[in-house]
Amino acid sequence: MTEVNTHTLSVLVENKPGVLARVSSLIFRRGYNIESLAVGPTEYPHMSRITLAVAVEDVVLEQITKQLNKLVEVLKIVELEQSAIRRELILVKVRATPETRGQLIEIISLFGAKAVDLTAEVITVEATGSPAKLAALLELFEPYGIRELVQSGLVALGRGNRSMTDRNSRTERPKAIRAV
Amino acid sequence: MAKTPAAAVPDQGAEPVEELTGAQSLVRSLENVGADTVFGIPGGAILPAYDPLYDSPNVRHILVRHEQGAGHAAEGYAMVTGKVGVCMATSGPGATNLVTPIADAHMDSVPIVAITGQVGSAAIGTDAFQEADIRGITMPITKHSFLVTKAHDIAPAMAAAFHIARTGRPGPVLVDITKDALQARTRFEWPLQIDLPGYRPVIKPHAKQVREAAKLITESRRPVLYIGGGVVKATAWKELAELAELTGIPVVTTLMARGVFPDSHPQNMGMPGMHGTVAAVGALQRSDLLISLGARFDDRVTGQLSSFAPLAKVIHADIDPAEISKNRVADVPIVGDCKEVITELTALLKASAESPDIGDWVRYLKDLKRRYPTGYDLPSSGELSPQHVIKRIGDLTGPDAYYAAGVGQHQMWASHFLPWELPGRWLNSGGLGTMGYCVPAAMGAKVGRPDATVWGIDGDGCFQMTNQELVTCALEGIPIKIAVINNQSLGMVRQWQTLFYNSRYSNTDLKTNRIPDFGKLAEAMGCVGLRAEQPEEVDPVIEKALSINDTPVVVEFVVHKDAMVWPMVAAGTSNDDIKVARDMAPKWDGETL
Repeated sequence: MTEVNTHTLSVLVENKPGVLARVSSLIFRRGYNIESLAVGPTEYPHMSRITLAVAVEDVVLEQITKQLNKLVEVLKIVELEQSAIRRELILVKVRATPETRGQLIEIISLFGAKAVDLTAEVITVEATGSPAKLAALLELFEPYGIRELVQSGLVALGRGNRSMTDRNSRTERPKAIRAV
Repeated sequence: MAKTPAAAVPDQGAEPVEELTGAQSLVRSLENVGADTVFGIPGGAILPAYDPLYDSPNVRHILVRHEQGAGHAAEGYAMVTGKVGVCMATSGPGATNLVTPIADAHMDSVPIVAITGQVGSAAIGTDAFQEADIRGITMPITKHSFLVTKAHDIAPAMAAAFHIARTGRPGPVLVDITKDALQARTRFEWPLQIDLPGYRPVIKPHAKQVREAAKLITESRRPVLYIGGGVVKATAWKELAELAELTGIPVVTTLMARGVFPDSHPQNMGMPGMHGTVAAVGALQRSDLLISLGARFDDRVTGQLSSFAPLAKVIHADIDPAEISKNRVADVPIVGDCKEVITELTALLKASAESPDIGDWVRYLKDLKRRYPTGYDLPSSGELSPQHVIKRIGDLTGPDAYYAAGVGQHQMWASHFLPWELPGRWLNSGGLGTMGYCVPAAMGAKVGRPDATVWGIDGDGCFQMTNQELVTCALEGIPIKIAVINNQSLGMVRQWQTLFYNSRYSNTDLKTNRIPDFGKLAEAMGCVGLRAEQPEEVDPVIEKALSINDTPVVVEFVVHKDAMVWPMVAAGTSNDDIKVARDMAPKWDGETL
């Protein structure tokens, strides 16, 4: 059997109602295993970008890509390289007494995170980073007591000068098709 | 960005802008795309559209009796005309009744546009009367769909819908229009171009891939042309015949491709798959090169995938890249329209000095074909043989007629025993396996080809699902002929019960020898009802049906209920375990290829 790896797909779509439903329902109904899905605007108002993390064999990845490409509102799909920049955002409430508050602030500062709210009992932390870094941070918070956690899906960007929305062989084809 | 002018609009001059209602612009859009027939039923939300439709000189609306009938009729119409079929329904239950034909069209790549009314845009999401999220419901079974809430969006949505339905891999497109959008007034502007930046079907194949394919073909010793419905959609039968005859390579035609290559042609090994011929199944299993054109390695063709054509390399050409390497990994994938692919392949092979050395292979398959023809035994009881009935219908009617089938045993027998000599004459529900497809599909075919004879070969189970459309046929002057192969049971399921469930016939006995009385039922619906029970009645009753051309005819053939479809590969098993009759495997002689 071929190996199951986590792949990150960036999917450029038209910014129209229902597109996210099309993408997520396709993935669900064909039984693909997704780890994360995040969607948001891009530098062009008419386009949105979906970042998908999937743990699948290569042949399945090919099918996902091809099936997504069949959606009329999907403009472009790229698989990001291993070296791509991958980030998630967490907001987390950690139990903090006057005694432990100092230790927590040290951890927060070492991880380049931010304390965004503070009460007598809880410190609320905002942190961004790679999934591995955030996992490490949460592990350190664990002994103090995590009261509440919310986490974004993964967003990712390839390194270097190029942009996914650059004109290339796909986007340079005629935008308009002859009417019937 | 450069805009391509619309073909429908000559020169640069845009059509004069008129103020119309949304409903009027819907009808104008239908006229602009050349849709001359709509099958449908009105209702509350779609009602505004029916008012201007009443006046349209160019669009004929055929009032069906159930929306499912409208959908299958649109499919039948599309199959025989090559145009986009159109069906129309109201919101809620009207729309949900279209779900089955939409799914059917999606599986079999039939270009249809389904227009549905939707509740007013302000009421969407409130569980309003007759509200159903039909766009959401049909998302997995449409090629694309639109929810239109503004009158001025109707024309562009319709232009895009027809474009998407008929191009690339054809399929169903839903246009759901809110009642207020139909009622509002708008400036009607037919779009000068269709702006679909994410929709670019690949028609022309990659030259390098075609060269690779040609190379594999010249090196092969046991090649097979595995031909699917895509060759019918691409209208590439002439090109296929040229390729086949140039190379001498044996051909198998899947259920969706029957007739695209004549059955009488010595290279045609017949239909592969679960109920395929021994020669066709053997050809695939022993092949060293599958040249798959417009086929999709469906599980009903491959059987157990891991043991399917184990020695073969695969050239897989399809217009839909997602079909390639979906089930079986292709050695040479080719994305493109089959007509283009076959033309380029033939040109390369013609220019090539080499041709494949396949003499032994062809002799082997021809011997298999000779030894294992598809046949049947006449029942000793003197009852009618369903296979004989179907064969006689084909013999007496000829290959130029159109034949629709329901789903089940009679469908398989129709595929084996009708005269498949001409392309595009066969309508059936291959992918979805929709019982009830036959009568409305035959109706749609007859509307599309009014001068041709259209037969429906239906089962007594299937017929009772959608026969109400015979009322439509009688009233609208659509004289189809339906053969009800009445074996008083759900025959295919009964066959499986015989083979795999110890002959325990749980809920497959329809007990329909007299209930319903199909003849009276036919007459009640304004058709002629005929019946044959004895072998000597078969030919006269078919002749009689053929002589009636002003009224729909239903011919009931009361047949032997234990007839089975052979050959058969049991579900989930290897094609190598094909049986030609119960517990009878073919002898694969001449294995030293």
